[in-house]
Amino acid sequence: MTAYVVRRLWQMIPTLAGVILLIFFLFNWVGGDPAQVLAGKISNPEQIANIRKQLGVDQPYWYQLLVFVKQVFTFDFGRSWSTNEEVSRILMTRVGPTLTIMVPVMLIETSLSVLFAIMVAYVRGSLTDRAIMVICTTAMSISFLVYIIFGQWLFGFILGWFPVQGWSESYWKNLLTYAPLPILLAVAVGVAPQLRLYRSFFLEEINQDYVRTARAKGLPEKKVMLKHVLRNALIPILTNVGIYLPGLFVGSFLLEVFFSVPGLGREIVTAVNRSDFPVIKAVTVYLAVLTMVVNLLVDVMYKFVDPRVSFK
Amino acid sequence: MSAVLPNNAAPAVQESPGLWTLAWRRLRQDRVGMVCLVVVVVYLAMMVASFAGLVAGDWNKERGVSYANPSFLAGAENLEAREVTNRDGESRAKPVDLSDIDPLAPRYKEWEERAAKIAVTEVKRSETLPFGGDKWGRDVLKKAVKGAEISIFVGLTAAFFATLIGTVLGALAGYWGGRVNDFLEWFYNIFTSIPYILLILAFAAVFKRGLDTIIVILALTGWTGIYRLVRAEYIKHCGREYVKAAQAIGASHASRMFVHILPNASHVILVQLSQHVVSFIKAEVILSFLGLGVPVDLVSWGTMLAEAQNELVIGKWWQLVAAGAGMAVLVTAFSMLTDSLRDALDPKLK
Repeated sequence: MTAYVVRRLWQMIPTLAGVILLIFFLFNWVGGDPAQVLAGKISNPEQIANIRKQLGVDQPYWYQLLVFVKQVFTFDFGRSWSTNEEVSRILMTRVGPTLTIMVPVMLIETSLSVLFAIMVAYVRGSLTDRAIMVICTTAMSISFLVYIIFGQWLFGFILGWFPVQGWSESYWKNLLTYAPLPILLAVAVGVAPQLRLYRSFFLEEINQDYVRTARAKGLPEKKVMLKHVLRNALIPILTNVGIYLPGLFVGSFLLEVFFSVPGLGREIVTAVNRSDFPVIKAVTVYLAVLTMVVNLLVDVMYKFVDPRVSFK
Repeated sequence: MSAVLPNNAAPAVQESPGLWTLAWRRLRQDRVGMVCLVVVVVYLAMMVASFAGLVAGDWNKERGVSYANPSFLAGAENLEAREVTNRDGESRAKPVDLSDIDPLAPRYKEWEERAAKIAVTEVKRSETLPFGGDKWGRDVLKKAVKGAEISIFVGLTAAFFATLIGTVLGALAGYWGGRVNDFLEWFYNIFTSIPYILLILAFAAVFKRGLDTIIVILALTGWTGIYRLVRAEYIKHCGREYVKAAQAIGASHASRMFVHILPNASHVILVQLSQHVVSFIKAEVILSFLGLGVPVDLVSWGTMLAEAQNELVIGKWWQLVAAGAGMAVLVTAFSMLTDSLRDALDPKLK
């Protein structure tokens, strides 16, 4: 187990190096000269030279790469190009609101879709099953944008059940007042695709021999489904949740833009619009690291979910 | 002797149907699949017609009043349109008479004559449009058709290029294995370790805005899934006897990769292509909404939805419905067609 984790961590190094190279290539080479963007329309060559010097883009590429690597390992990406706020501070303060919305979304969405999926899978082939599948397919085809625009208009503007948008200083006020509508919309959109996917996982398990054995020895249906089938279907479900987990931190940037939640997702969109490269670079690198770590954690968790899994 | 002859004219050996013939036969029996195919073909025909300028070529013309009502709501009140007309009326009111003190007063008459010579055609703006108008009085229905053209075009081309990249890299990795495989796997790991949406935004940050850019971004970020599947197919097929036989008769590496193995993996690639068209259409809509997609002088479903956000508050729902429904129908049909296609191409899956 320890050997496995160490080897996996060791394998992360080339990938991380690759991510750093890719981001460096994108932002320092493809991205062109940021001084032109920052100096604005009225600028003279001296100003541009000055800004270039300040940002260090007048240095040779190998030196810039070195600086970037140093930034990654010291968690110090300097200051934002547009607001002059420290990048590390931006990241720290924006993660909270994002997680306030995304953690409940993840929990509710996963439990609801697992619950519905096992119910639908149990009555497979019936009219209920087919009707729910048709509804899911239709629901999935409508753009997330339409859900948000319509939901915000209906629940926030017309019915007035929730504030249309906003955010406050207090955590509980955020969670209880401002977060429910974005959470509701994200769950409404997220359940359909997951339900469809998990249903197929359950169907795969329901046709296995051990289910027949369990029924043959007279176990009640509840036990068969919730103990035998659910446990076995948990592995692909876990993988799927693991895939979505790093995305939690980017949050649903659309929701954050619509509901003006000061989260990481909105910050990224703003940074992209302002060509604020340090912020995007920092977010991308650290989320890549996070993704790798989460993947490792999920792989380790298989062992606990399924004792048959052995680490090679 | 003559008894042997008729044998030569015996009925030709029945040719066994190929993969595509069989798949087509199975698809034809799938009623839902066929309906979806028809819907998709109609959309594609609309896209081509719009591209050729046969329909919605004049989507940019301001035909109606601002936020013109849809024809079926002709009687409904339209405050916004009236407000605009009123404002126009005010500005046409006579300006304050300054002729006593204005040194240019003697030339007023000359200017008036000159102004009269310039023909101003007052466009009669209609009160209603078939499915309503937007802020500038453009026909929403025509906008939706034109927007469909752009959105589908982006989805198709981006999916094509992503599939191309994924197939070539997957073929290389699966066929050669060893170092090539290690290198490409490393490359794949880099791309998949960054959350997909973040990867798109990072690419969007460094590229300029434009229709070609968004295709490039989607293609450069979306190839990973296809790569993985094609690679697996190639690993599977590489050791098969027919490939060995090809090698024995002297087929080159390139020939074995793309003439012999590729057709056998083509069903996987086709299904992937079709799946990616759907997801790229969705991605384009979101990117355009955020202002990172199509430029302002073009219209796509995403830019329509961006306008619809503010229109809904003042009760103008038609743009939201036109773009949302147009997209929903295509995406439903396309994804159900993809499912049917997969079933038709791979009967073992059922």
